[in-house]
Amino acid sequence: MPIDITMPALSPTMEVGTLAKWLVKTGDKVAPGDLIAEIETDKATMEVEAIDEGTVAKILIAEGTEDVPVGQLIAVLVEDGESVDDAATPKAKAKTPPKAPTTPTVEPVTAPPATPSPKAAIPASNGKRIKASPLAKRLAAAKGVDLAGISGSGPNGRIVKADLDSAKPAAAAPKPAAAPAAAPAAPAAMPPADAPYEAVKLSNVRKITARRLTESKQSVPHIYMTLDVQLDKLLKLRGELNVSLESRGIKLSVNDLIIKAQALALQEVPKCNVQFAGTAVYEYSRVDISVAVALEGGLITPIIRDAANKRLSEIATEMKDLAARAREGKLKPDEYMGGTASISNLGMYGIKQFDAVINPPQAMILAVGAGEKRPFVIDGALSVATVMSVTGSFDHRAIDGAPAAEFMAAFKRLVENPLGMLA
Amino acid sequence: MTDTYDLIVLGSGPGGYVAAIRAAQLGLKVAIVEREKLGGICLNWGCIPTKALLRTSEIKHYMDHAGDYGLSAKDVSFDLKKVVERSRGVAKQLNQGIGHLMKKNKIAVVEGEGAITAKGKLSVKKDGKTTDLAARNIIVATGARARELPHLKADGKRVWTYRHAMTPSEMPTKLLVIGSGAIGVEFASFYKDLGADVTVVEMLDRIVPVEDADVSDFAMKAFKKQGMDIRVSTAVEKIDVSAKGVKASIKDAKGKGKVTVEDYSHVILAIGIAPNSENIGLEALGVKTDRGHLVTDEWGKTNVEGIWGIGDVCGAPWLAHKASHEGVVAAEKIAETMGKGNVHAHPMDKSNIPGCTYARPQIASVGLTEAKAKDAGHKVKVGKFPFIGNGKAIALGEAEGFVKTVFDAETGELLGAHMVGAEVTELIQGYVVARQLETTEAELMQTIFAHPTLSEMMHESVLDAYGRALHY
Repeated sequence: MPIDITMPALSPTMEVGTLAKWLVKTGDKVAPGDLIAEIETDKATMEVEAIDEGTVAKILIAEGTEDVPVGQLIAVLVEDGESVDDAATPKAKAKTPPKAPTTPTVEPVTAPPATPSPKAAIPASNGKRIKASPLAKRLAAAKGVDLAGISGSGPNGRIVKADLDSAKPAAAAPKPAAAPAAAPAAPAAMPPADAPYEAVKLSNVRKITARRLTESKQSVPHIYMTLDVQLDKLLKLRGELNVSLESRGIKLSVNDLIIKAQALALQEVPKCNVQFAGTAVYEYSRVDISVAVALEGGLITPIIRDAANKRLSEIATEMKDLAARAREGKLKPDEYMGGTASISNLGMYGIKQFDAVINPPQAMILAVGAGEKRPFVIDGALSVATVMSVTGSFDHRAIDGAPAAEFMAAFKRLVENPLGMLA
Repeated sequence: MTDTYDLIVLGSGPGGYVAAIRAAQLGLKVAIVEREKLGGICLNWGCIPTKALLRTSEIKHYMDHAGDYGLSAKDVSFDLKKVVERSRGVAKQLNQGIGHLMKKNKIAVVEGEGAITAKGKLSVKKDGKTTDLAARNIIVATGARARELPHLKADGKRVWTYRHAMTPSEMPTKLLVIGSGAIGVEFASFYKDLGADVTVVEMLDRIVPVEDADVSDFAMKAFKKQGMDIRVSTAVEKIDVSAKGVKASIKDAKGKGKVTVEDYSHVILAIGIAPNSENIGLEALGVKTDRGHLVTDEWGKTNVEGIWGIGDVCGAPWLAHKASHEGVVAAEKIAETMGKGNVHAHPMDKSNIPGCTYARPQIASVGLTEAKAKDAGHKVKVGKFPFIGNGKAIALGEAEGFVKTVFDAETGELLGAHMVGAEVTELIQGYVVARQLETTEAELMQTIFAHPTLSEMMHESVLDAYGRALHY
């Protein structure tokens, strides 16, 4: 019996995914656990493993196809002894294959469109009805394009002529046709009048980022609070800790300490560890910090869960792993979805101070600038200290000015007296 | 205090009011601004009142030919005032209908002259009073007006635009129609059937020039047979208006540029339209225009964020149903962008807009003409079926006309359909649906057409394109 491989659900909420890459080709033998494909979801790329043993008989969804629904047949395996050709036939017989349009012409047609090319028969193999206009079916047959690999732009995903215009024959590198207009983040603006430009297609990450940030700035009333924090004691402590952690191969970054300080400050001022929910404000009893990590095509926020109760060494180890996998696009959805507050650190670029956009439905984000030597008044005397400016953005619907300021003060106290973080 | 909306629609013609309704359906807070009457030109001064007039002239035509049907109708006459009154009554009824639709959809109707004062801001002036409105999105749906030229200007007495021509106080005796597009030939037909002596002058080498050449030829012959004087490749150089009538200097390009001066009682200017894009604040915002028409993308977006354009003010084809559809597209795009109404907008496809002309004979078409299909590089198969081969047409006493279809020889795509004859304006929709669903000749051939109907000709025309016509 041929074995169906369908689009897996990589998270409980996943409905569609992009088939980013096939790691096997037709005829390859696979064993359970072998990686067979890479699937891209909203924010991450994940690998799909084979569950059964067999030979890849058919690959039904072309690489790069977007918005493949969960459960859609993407490939077929055959077991030992079955021929690769067997794969499609039993299923095709089970269900009536879409009928190729017949052309009852009297005179011969220049290029007989009625004759279905072998490739046009592919849609039949997965047994599912592919919605396509008669003209699109005929054009696909003539071009040798597999309709299963095309996402339709018509109503309910119906494949229409326009979708075929850019489709390449199945034999050549299969590329999906025009992506279905998945609710874009912003209306497509016309390009500026005369500057030369190139349209760069939005990645999934960029689409989501654009939509969420627009949503945030349009619907969340932001209130900003900035203060300067003296960093010398924290830097000194970090140096000492790193000496003692060296043997364990752990190195704390300044950011790890700041994450911890933010988490503890939120634990101290729970009125800032909240979410505005229309008719209620949810006060979270655990602090999960989303840490902004810049990616090639956007931004992702892996989460340090329960950061207030984690040891600095744990935070450092976790952060290193999460950031590395984030850059490879290999985070699991539950590693970046959620969080009760965010942090964004642009200090490494020398940014002195900036205001971050709240990541909804969270209600606060901390924007961290560069630690730099500045003239600083300590005990009434001008001296030089390492100082960092931080700005908190708060959702003013859920957080009043006073608790927000309290949080900022707590954060400052923790950073300036860092031993408190170890207690 | 400024009222703030998700969407303000400037102009309540068939583009504007439809956009407003669709947006309201999707949960947007909508206002519509109108300086004159709800429904715009289409409903008050265009499509609808002219159809009422043409119904009158059609019935008169049948009465004049009552004998053909075994009837007798003697001393057929008409009261021009009552004819116009009926037309105005129809417009009024529909205008009130739009008012109800606005109310039903909770759309705020703001009367007055609207102008965009800044991005997202609009002021409406009426009787010296100014109302300020604000909206995240503004759809400009201000439409168009009859075009005039320096040497061809309407005075409303002897020289008419469409607007004067549909509310005549006196019957023209000798009428000159300048321009043979849809508006020109409809008025030519109306006044001809009421008994006027009609001359139509067209600068290009055929009448109804946007239509397929076969349709132009057929219509020209039909009009000439009715007694109209039709002159193509001819231009009116000058008109001198006096109390007694109009002296027109007409230059015939074929007759070696000879200019003749002719007397007419009235002139109708049907030389195209001009967009209403001035004095509504578009220049100051830097909204891009092309010869006065707003430049928009397939969603109706202009180059300025938050300013959209639909309908006649955005250019050809100047048709109510094109405006309405653009209105729906823009409203859905706006709702989608705002995350409202769970809608998936589809871009405007201008290749599938039907065109209808209600002269006698009627003309209807969709898609590419045969010539344009060939110019675009298609190898074509052309089918044509005449009214004389259709039982219902003969029974109706309407045996003149044809249905022409143009297919891509290689793919079987229905590239275009062109019809002339009785009731073709009601038939064309079958082909529009076929094109929208991307049917090929195969599905059209397999479709069962009811007998006896005029629509059987649509079947036969497709069959003919593949050498299979059954009844001719």
